[in-house]
Amino acid sequence: MAKKKTPSKEGLAVMKTYKLFIGGAFPRTESGRYYPLRNESNELVANICLSSRKDFRNAVVAARKAQSGWGEKTAFNRAQIIYRIAEMLQQKEELFIREMKDLGYSDSKAENEFAASIDYLVHYAGWCDKYVQVFSSVNPVASSHFNFSVPEPMGVVAACASNKSALLGFLEACIPAICGGNTVIVLASENLPTCAISMSEVIATSDVPGGTINVLTGSREELLYQFTSHMDVNGFVIWDAESADSIAIGQYAAENLKRVKSYKSKEEPSLTPQRIMDLQEIKTTWHPIERISGAGSGY
Amino acid sequence: MAKTTKENKWELSPAPESTGHISIKKRYDLFIDGKFVAPSTKKYFDSINPATEEDLTQIALAGEKDVDKAVKAARKAYDTVWSKTSTAERGKYIYRIARLIQERAREFAVIESLDGGKPIRESRDVDIPLAAAHFFYHAGWADKLDYAFPNSDPKSIGVVGQIIPWNFPLLMAAWKIAPALACGNTVVLKPAETTSLTALKLAELIQDAGLPNGVVNIITGAGETGQALVGHSDIDKIAFTGSTEVGKMIRRSLAGTSTRLTLELGGKAANIVFEDAAIDQAVEGIVNGIYFNQGHVCCAGSRLFVEESVADEVVRKLKHRMDHLIVGDPLDKNTDVGAINSKGQLQTIENYLKAGQKDGFEMYQSKVAVPKKGYWCKPTLFTDVSQSSIISKEEIFGPVLAMQTFRTIDEVIDKANNTPYGLSAGVWTDKGSKIFNLTTRLKAGVVWANTFNKFDPSSPFGGYKESGFGREGGIHGLSAYLKLQD
Repeated sequence: MAKKKTPSKEGLAVMKTYKLFIGGAFPRTESGRYYPLRNESNELVANICLSSRKDFRNAVVAARKAQSGWGEKTAFNRAQIIYRIAEMLQQKEELFIREMKDLGYSDSKAENEFAASIDYLVHYAGWCDKYVQVFSSVNPVASSHFNFSVPEPMGVVAACASNKSALLGFLEACIPAICGGNTVIVLASENLPTCAISMSEVIATSDVPGGTINVLTGSREELLYQFTSHMDVNGFVIWDAESADSIAIGQYAAENLKRVKSYKSKEEPSLTPQRIMDLQEIKTTWHPIERISGAGSGY
Repeated sequence: MAKTTKENKWELSPAPESTGHISIKKRYDLFIDGKFVAPSTKKYFDSINPATEEDLTQIALAGEKDVDKAVKAARKAYDTVWSKTSTAERGKYIYRIARLIQERAREFAVIESLDGGKPIRESRDVDIPLAAAHFFYHAGWADKLDYAFPNSDPKSIGVVGQIIPWNFPLLMAAWKIAPALACGNTVVLKPAETTSLTALKLAELIQDAGLPNGVVNIITGAGETGQALVGHSDIDKIAFTGSTEVGKMIRRSLAGTSTRLTLELGGKAANIVFEDAAIDQAVEGIVNGIYFNQGHVCCAGSRLFVEESVADEVVRKLKHRMDHLIVGDPLDKNTDVGAINSKGQLQTIENYLKAGQKDGFEMYQSKVAVPKKGYWCKPTLFTDVSQSSIISKEEIFGPVLAMQTFRTIDEVIDKANNTPYGLSAGVWTDKGSKIFNLTTRLKAGVVWANTFNKFDPSSPFGGYKESGFGREGGIHGLSAYLKLQD
């Protein structure tokens, strides 16, 4: 039997085809369209999928299918899975730093963003089994009832990630959402999309169930209407919305009264449970308390 | 004296609440900047008693100019007085309002029943005490907001525009005004055109309380007045309770502006009865769920799901109970179901009754006599309706119950959640683990287990999906009236 050959160092590198991430699989866009991503020297970095509205609808179907399973996982389990994403990401440091530098990041900027991304994941992993305690209440109603309020996931969230960051902006668009039991469809940064797809490969190997996080690449302008008007999307988040767009967003979102949150990109990521709560509903439950000796026991 | 009927059943003698102690003016002006002022439109509209169709009073119609005047008064009060009042003092004003409502509770209850048609038993035992309780509860929050939102530096928003519906007139005013004031905002409130009276009596009471001028302004009118309020450029937040249709219009019109918005909209709640429920109590809960306040309740249990094995028993007992509901004079203390709030609403309900019959569903109406004058609808039950029929999909906002049966838990959860609404739900079973399975999986903001239609100022209320966003009441309701640091 012939000895296995290793490729020589001078051999031609194998380039990665960047695809979408829908329902745990990596399909190309159904539209067959692409846009070229070039660096500052005008060299081709990659051809990126130009997602269509059909891709988005497929992603919503996948996200909806995955939602009850993900939302009903124990908080402890979700925490471990998000921590696992950090573990998987950590060992791919070289890949992500190279991808950021390919798109014009300086060494230090890429290293800082990578380190901040790890810290971001670890921070939110910890919130999974804590925000419910922090934001729940037992309510002292003036009748013989036990009454409590707890946050619950909204359901399916669509997100337009920041265009200003390759990796951290992507994580901000999906991690608080899934931390709170939602499933999410993220439109990656249009001009810095590669890390989002590589991150999808990390997510796919971190025990995150297929469909929990779905990633599209393409044009925000083209997809904004679909993201905001889809009747089976419960929440919509966007970074750095143009003021003209925010009128359209509000009007389209009114169709099914989806909840809208609009954020501004910042240098430092927002490490706050408020980002989780932005995508939660409060549910209040009542039950009578039987007080045999007391007054006011009711059905 | 009690009398017996032919079947030798005991009937209750009339027990009317007296109206001698209340005063209603012939005409009510707008309450702006602490004073009652005539509307710029010079127009007044009639407010009638829906149980007798007689005129009660005339209410000022606020135009755009009046809205502007009210918003300016609220802005001035916010800038110069209310935002500078210490939080503890703010709380004390709100406590005063709570106490004054309690002192005048019976008067408010009678007026509420006269103006809106709801049974005095409900206005006396539910609406007015809860309205007072809302002010009392929120008064105490005024100087404790930092504890409610640690690390978030809570701050007031500014001038709040509030629009409320006609089903719980004073209670809705309290739900809106109390948290807004406790969080340091000033208010322009617009009550519904058919039920402005108790809000205007509240304005008088607010004067008596010595609340600084302009902190609360109450302007009356119909949809156009509300539209002018929503469209005013100096409003920082709109809080709306009403139909999903109007809620969506408001959402659209505020798109792209910095005006904050909370919406408490329609519902089509599932009330689910399992075979292991205490059936008699469940039947009481079904009745309370749909016939309370003539079914003019956004969280009414208007879709009944009964496990197949007990369906016959539930229907038999429910019909028996329906036949014993007393429909009639809202001021009679024995009345269970009062008058439909308006002619228009009665028409809407009757159209749904026709639609249900046209679809071929069996309709049962309680065997009771209703008065000749006024707007009345007998408690109604449609059995074996289909999931996709109009009467099981659309909010009727009347005493009309649409019933279906089910066999499995997954089936009933699917059916219950298969609606664009998500305000409330009810579950009846004696098994604790089943309750929690249901209550966690039902997509609704309020879930009543082995009870229904309970409200409390400390308990957050509000919906999922197209039932609106934001909560009212409790610690969670406060955030609707605060700026919180991210």
